[in-house]
Amino acid sequence: MTLLAAANGISLPGTDDPINVSQTVGFALLAALMIWAAIRVVTTRNVVHAAVWLVVVLAGAAAQFILLAAEFVGVTQVMVYIGAVIVLILFGVMLTQAKLGNDPNLSRRNWYGGAVVAVVLFGLLAFATIDTFEDAKLPEDRRMALPAAEVGDGEVPRTESNTGAVSDAVFGAYLLPLEVLGVLLTAALVGAIAVARKD
Amino acid sequence: MLLSQFLLLSAILFSIGVYGVIVRRNGVAVLMAIELILNSVNINLVAFGAMHGNLSGQVFALFIIAVAAAEVGVGLAIILSIYRNRRSVALDELDLMKG
Repeated sequence: MTLLAAANGISLPGTDDPINVSQTVGFALLAALMIWAAIRVVTTRNVVHAAVWLVVVLAGAAAQFILLAAEFVGVTQVMVYIGAVIVLILFGVMLTQAKLGNDPNLSRRNWYGGAVVAVVLFGLLAFATIDTFEDAKLPEDRRMALPAAEVGDGEVPRTESNTGAVSDAVFGAYLLPLEVLGVLLTAALVGAIAVARKD
Repeated sequence: MLLSQFLLLSAILFSIGVYGVIVRRNGVAVLMAIELILNSVNINLVAFGAMHGNLSGQVFALFIIAVAAAEVGVGLAIILSIYRNRRSVALDELDLMKG
């Protein structure tokens, strides 16, 4: 009996469904690659290598998004993170004259505290996750449900493609947050130029 | 696929990111660890969206990607101006506000 689900009355979907083996194997391969790359990001002594390992993690996350049928988020992840953010970080490395070879001072000498914090945090998160969602499974049909207003009786109508549904949502229900986000991006980039320029 | 496997993956990435934020001494390396954390949150959101068959998870993930891009821009601008003033981005040396 899960504590949280019992307390909040959450109904867990798909607890009796069979596990899709091929998708799970694909997930496991990607996950192992991502975890190894993430560990290298925070342990390698070379800043440029850390940036390249970060590319592996971000590409793995994009693949996981596609596995979850969120193909638009996956493509956006590739374009924004791998295309822009990594380049920006590499520029930051070059402009701040970080040592391009191995730098023994990239991490603290006493890393034990950080490791203890990370392990305890992971233990708590893993306990809460497994205790709450023990057998919940993702539906095999991952096309999104259409808005509740259009649902008649019987089968829930599904969208043809999730990308189209995302565009409908972004330019429909989420139009105001999208515009606010545009203003935020403009303000942040103008602010970045103002902070970084020589005066 | 189990929902928990995605949540556990993102918990692992989150913990590794927190470890990186604590342990790294270089400002740019700390920014990379923050990117790890933001990505783990995105995986969570998309997985929950897939579980409920609801679009909000994907839309939130898109918004977080945009905010993360703005965050990296501003963060690198701050690191550049720190570097210009002090000729170093070692975070231990930034003790101006220490009492």
